[in-house]
Amino acid sequence: MAALSLFLDVPLTTEVNWLLDAYQQDPSPHKVYLDHRDCQTETGKAWDYPPVSQTLLQISTDPTLDHEDLLELGFSAFTRAATELALGRESRALVENRAGSVHTIGGTGAVRIGAEFLQRWYNRSSSGPVAVYVALPQWDSLRCIFQDVGFTELRSYHYWDTARLAVAAEEFLQVLESAPEGSIVMLHAPEETGLTPKQWEDVARVMGKKRLFPFFDVPAQGLASGDLDRDAWALRHFVAQGFELLCAQSFSKTFGLYDERVGNLIVVARDSGSLVRICSQLQEQVRATWASPTSLGARVIATVLSNPALRNKWPWELPLWGSGRATWFGKVLGAWEGAAPPPQPGSGLCRKQSLRALVEKILLIREKLKAKLRLLGTPGCWEHLTAQVGTRSFTGLLPSQVAFLERSHIYLRPDGQFSLCSINAHNLDYVARSIHEAVCGSVWPVQGGDGAGAACPARPRRGVAQHLGQ
Amino acid sequence: FSLAAYRTDEGQPWVLPVVKKVEQKIASDASLNHEYLPILGLPEFRANASRIALGEDSRAIKENRVGGVQCLGGTGALRIGAEFLRRWYNGTNNTATPVYISSPSWENHNSVFMNSGFEDIRTYRYWDAAKRGLDLEGLLQDMEAAPEFSIIVLHACAHNPTGTDPSPEQWKQIAAVMKRRFLFPFFDSAYQGFASGCLDRDAWAVRYFVSEGFELFCAQSFSKNFGLYNERVGNLTVVGKDADNVQRVLSQMEKIVRAIWSNPPSQGARVVATTLTSPQLFAEWKDNVKTMADRVLLMRSELRARLQALGTPGTWNHITEQIGMFSFTGLNPKQVEFLIKEKHIYLMASGRINMCGLTTKNLDYVASSIHEAVTRFQ
Repeated sequence: MAALSLFLDVPLTTEVNWLLDAYQQDPSPHKVYLDHRDCQTETGKAWDYPPVSQTLLQISTDPTLDHEDLLELGFSAFTRAATELALGRESRALVENRAGSVHTIGGTGAVRIGAEFLQRWYNRSSSGPVAVYVALPQWDSLRCIFQDVGFTELRSYHYWDTARLAVAAEEFLQVLESAPEGSIVMLHAPEETGLTPKQWEDVARVMGKKRLFPFFDVPAQGLASGDLDRDAWALRHFVAQGFELLCAQSFSKTFGLYDERVGNLIVVARDSGSLVRICSQLQEQVRATWASPTSLGARVIATVLSNPALRNKWPWELPLWGSGRATWFGKVLGAWEGAAPPPQPGSGLCRKQSLRALVEKILLIREKLKAKLRLLGTPGCWEHLTAQVGTRSFTGLLPSQVAFLERSHIYLRPDGQFSLCSINAHNLDYVARSIHEAVCGSVWPVQGGDGAGAACPARPRRGVAQHLGQ
Repeated sequence: FSLAAYRTDEGQPWVLPVVKKVEQKIASDASLNHEYLPILGLPEFRANASRIALGEDSRAIKENRVGGVQCLGGTGALRIGAEFLRRWYNGTNNTATPVYISSPSWENHNSVFMNSGFEDIRTYRYWDAAKRGLDLEGLLQDMEAAPEFSIIVLHACAHNPTGTDPSPEQWKQIAAVMKRRFLFPFFDSAYQGFASGCLDRDAWAVRYFVSEGFELFCAQSFSKNFGLYNERVGNLTVVGKDADNVQRVLSQMEKIVRAIWSNPPSQGARVVATTLTSPQLFAEWKDNVKTMADRVLLMRSELRARLQALGTPGTWNHITEQIGMFSFTGLNPKQVEFLIKEKHIYLMASGRINMCGLTTKNLDYVASSIHEAVTRFQ
């Protein structure tokens, strides 16, 4: 047998998990990881939604269910419910039978199948390679998918202005105006981008004019505003405007079912004939990738969405600490200030968690972090923390400040993006103080100090200014 | 008779009793949460799945040169393996490396390798229709003629669709040629335990190649032997020269996985891992697997017996000599058409029949129909 390995020249790559690896190898007891993909509870475990656990239990004891293979396109009860959720039951596309879907392995799987399809079949008459625009915050995770399937012209766009710490709608529109005709644009809705309906209308207009192809990514419908329909506004607007589009949906975050990888790729075509042909190609792709999708997660979600009793509870079940919002906030704030012990899983307090409660918790974390930084007198403007929505946020920190945080055993992405869900009552103080030190201890940041943005209180406290020698 | 799934004697799908038990255990375990699995999958699953394939006393495992990647069923494992080989094997991004698939084989093999970017997919001779058996000479000739470093897709046991496996002696001959010609073995193992009823016996070929020092991939599926078809449980076992090589290979596979499904689904892997790590559940599982295998073996011998009793022209030993879910009956297209149209017995145009479709109730009917088909149409 040959003495040398066939894989001798295969390089080691560490780019996949580098941040998590660094965090895990850190021996400090104070370390904090701020890049969770899942939503965390106070106890540091992934948020889970009790009706999900109940449905899982029910499924496991149901004698009528078996494990027969699904077809390539997946569990139709799930795809129907998921597609309706996104497009709205009365969507023109559904009524005209030109909207279809593929049950995929998570949102990633949906993007993959969609990207592969576009690479093979979209804009084949184009003289040069088709350009794909991906938003900067999603660059890491999505670029590799498009690259893998063969796209060579990958361009990033940003909707977040790091200098002004605000949504950069104008710049985004400019990027679209200057994009080559027929380019593909990944649109992230609803959270994070934070565009207003009026701004989305402008985007749609420009994209229509330039014949740009919309590929929506909807990872958490309901987690931005707490309202399912409001979060789907942008997608529905594009459909109403007559666009053909793809939409990758994920249910990991909104159902707390991260590990079962439930995704859906929605296809909106010009007519039902096209849809049939498109789906036949997608079927072939699926067959050569995972043959057919996993059943369990989709079954759970289909059960919840199609059961009026469960479905109505899902977005707006009463939160746990009292009926009035004020009371609830009060009690929660009180719990945090007094550092009360977190509720034990399985206790009555934990049983009623809901999407709405999760959204409110995220809003609260934003408020609290901003408040703490203000109290500490951290230089700069922190309005952007509460101006953004969704589970992730830009801190506005510079790479050098992020590096400082890492030395304080706090791990977040170099671009300053972090997950709100990674912050809880136990680490909020430490994180806030560390951000304060990072900002004070390093070079004066570009943002804030020069009065950019009238609504932003830019002047630092005297003590800090002296410290900086200004 | 054409579906690829196990059926009970009542013609029903079968949820293995041990699986039902473990599923309920998992569903009522409050300590489990639904966090993302690591990209490469559930560690307990990967390690134990590879152990099942390579054996308890596998030297390769002891020498720490085995890795596993949890994948979406056997298909997913084939895909990840193929994507990796296209990028990093025999050069970098060498889409011209020939890939050899048996003639015939599972149709999807071709699609998976094609979709992974390979441009030169060839066949190697396998089924001898006249003999109704393995065309060993043709197979060995094709391997001798294969360019060095070609990838060869091998069925670990229960060849789909022919049900015809090389004997241990024949495997040794195949391995010898492959070693001499530097051919890369990529095993597809979808029926371990299901074929003979014995896990070790069904893994003999894979283990032999490992003991001969080959670096290889083995795409494992737990769909059939756990009856977990729709939970898509698979594992890509990687055997390398040493730990360092395996580590580098796995790191690149992680990158590939991230751009396809990112993290695998948890349920199926948890069921399998829980079963394999509990001595009691493991014994129960082996028992369930044997139940399935035994039923298939029984149907094979019963069908053959009836055909012989009816005096159906031709020889029918291949039915019991073949193994696994499928049988290449040797029926020609006209005979197949007759069975489908007139007798409502659905089998593949190739004459492939799923033995799981046979039950004690329909044995007589099927036997007499085959008899009629063979005597009326030549």
